[in-house]
Amino acid sequence: MLQPLNEDRVAHTMLTPANQDQFMTTALSINNLRKVYGNGFEALKGISLQVEEGDFFALLGPNGAGKSTTLGIVSSLVNKTEGSVSVFGHDLERELSKAKMCLGVVPQEFNFNMFEKVIDIVLTQAGYYGIPLKVARERAEFYLRKLGLWEKRNERARMLSGGMKRRLMIARALIHNPRLLILDEPTAGVDIELRRSMWDFLQEINAAGTTIILTTHYLEEAESLCRNIAIIDHGTIVQDTSMRELLAQLNTETFILDITPAQQQAPQLKGYRSELVDDHTLVVEVEREQGMNAIFQALEAQDIQVSSMRNKANRLEELFVSLVEQNLEQEKA
Amino acid sequence: MTSSQLFVAFWTIVTKEVRRFTRIWGQTLLPPAITMTLYFIIFGNLIGSRIGEMGGFNYMEYIVPGLIMMSVITNSYGNVVSSFYSTKFQRNIEELLVSPIPHWVILCGYVIGGVSRGLAVGFIVTLLSLFFTDLQISNIAITVSIVFLTAVLFSLGGFINAVFANSFDDISIVPTFILTPLTYLGGVFYSISLLPDFWQGVSMLNPILYMVNTFRYGILGVSDINVGFAYSMILLFIVILFSVSLHLLKSGKGIRS
Repeated sequence: MLQPLNEDRVAHTMLTPANQDQFMTTALSINNLRKVYGNGFEALKGISLQVEEGDFFALLGPNGAGKSTTLGIVSSLVNKTEGSVSVFGHDLERELSKAKMCLGVVPQEFNFNMFEKVIDIVLTQAGYYGIPLKVARERAEFYLRKLGLWEKRNERARMLSGGMKRRLMIARALIHNPRLLILDEPTAGVDIELRRSMWDFLQEINAAGTTIILTTHYLEEAESLCRNIAIIDHGTIVQDTSMRELLAQLNTETFILDITPAQQQAPQLKGYRSELVDDHTLVVEVEREQGMNAIFQALEAQDIQVSSMRNKANRLEELFVSLVEQNLEQEKA
Repeated sequence: MTSSQLFVAFWTIVTKEVRRFTRIWGQTLLPPAITMTLYFIIFGNLIGSRIGEMGGFNYMEYIVPGLIMMSVITNSYGNVVSSFYSTKFQRNIEELLVSPIPHWVILCGYVIGGVSRGLAVGFIVTLLSLFFTDLQISNIAITVSIVFLTAVLFSLGGFINAVFANSFDDISIVPTFILTPLTYLGGVFYSISLLPDFWQGVSMLNPILYMVNTFRYGILGVSDINVGFAYSMILLFIVILFSVSLHLLKSGKGIRS
């Protein structure tokens, strides 16, 4: 389990990114970024994106949409074809070293040496950033304790569970106190309890000033953590807005109602589309301008009680699917 | 990065490399010790005693410098090629690529890592050779400098091999089909003066001949070739291979898509 924040000076100092400017600035600026791979596949078709300092930003898209290519270019793991990228005003072509100093990356796949000890992996990464060993040891202890890995520090990385390996990559990415942290599906394969404690940790470091860009397939994760969002599909940005504005676009929500007593046919709900899935389960589509009260009143009039109710799908998930489908139709047209 | 940060980064790579080859000492330090002991016993003691003198020295004394150099060459090359390729294969090259370390520091770190293993094995083989012969060093400066430069050169060669390698097979092709034959034909076991003129001429095209003979000159004070020319060639090749390696790193060949 992740450890709660110690509200002492050390914790505050550790969680506050290095070289934080007094004034807000653009953490990540991507302009007309294009990537064509050697086989001719155009992964990015000239995307532009701005992420402001302090933001918790979601970059979503279906598999193969271009998310990892975008983050790969920002992290210097992929060569761009055209366009420009700057991190906190440092252009990747002209001030690569300064840009990299501001950036921490948690990749999707495990990319550390499985035969190294946990502590060595973190200390080595600190060394790559020129951090003296004494400082690196203090930071490594702080982050490994924070992420519940301190007891495992002398274990070989291959002996860790999947969740621990993910946390190790987060500790490694934070060791130089980056101002911008990129997380590519950080909670993939992590159980619910641990996932939620990782969310708390990420919110904590975000509150302390670290800008975070997150990609995830758990849309609930993006909805609960992120303030702004971009959706990328087929190498183009199809949405770039705030989470609130995006969710406001949702016209219809689908609810599942558990009802008693058992019903043989769907109850009459005038103005609503509904379907009886089984004798105790009713699915109702509710449009934004419609309220829920009329549903309860109509059911009560028919002597039907609602024992519980839940969303059929996460709100962001419904929007995500519709946006991607719209984009697909536009491309076909 | 400041100069002190650059040094920390460089030293981190070197210590990581040293930690790697000492952790797996059974694969890196022990095999050359066993192989070279067998060479000393079989070629030096058993067969060598029937060969007589070579270049004015008994056969054991003659082959010891060559065998030490052979260990340095194969181990400095082997360390960088296997370590850098494993780093690519396991994708932890990404740890380096996302960090602000300049390419030349990455290259120097890996090269010095390879040199460290080459020198460590050279030292072990030298100690073992003392069980079989008395080793008198004729010129310490030449001995130390040539072994260091040779280790640098072959570490660079190993780096280039690793950049182009796409499988573990690819990292054994060059050592098996190029490095080992060139080493065996590079005057480790014989003086090229024993060869007919034509084959002497062919042998002069083998770069390893220059390194082995210069090292032998440092220890025994005899050489088949001009030592000054050998230094020039080694330095020239180091400059060429360093430039090629740096260009490959900058272009992202084999490490960035």
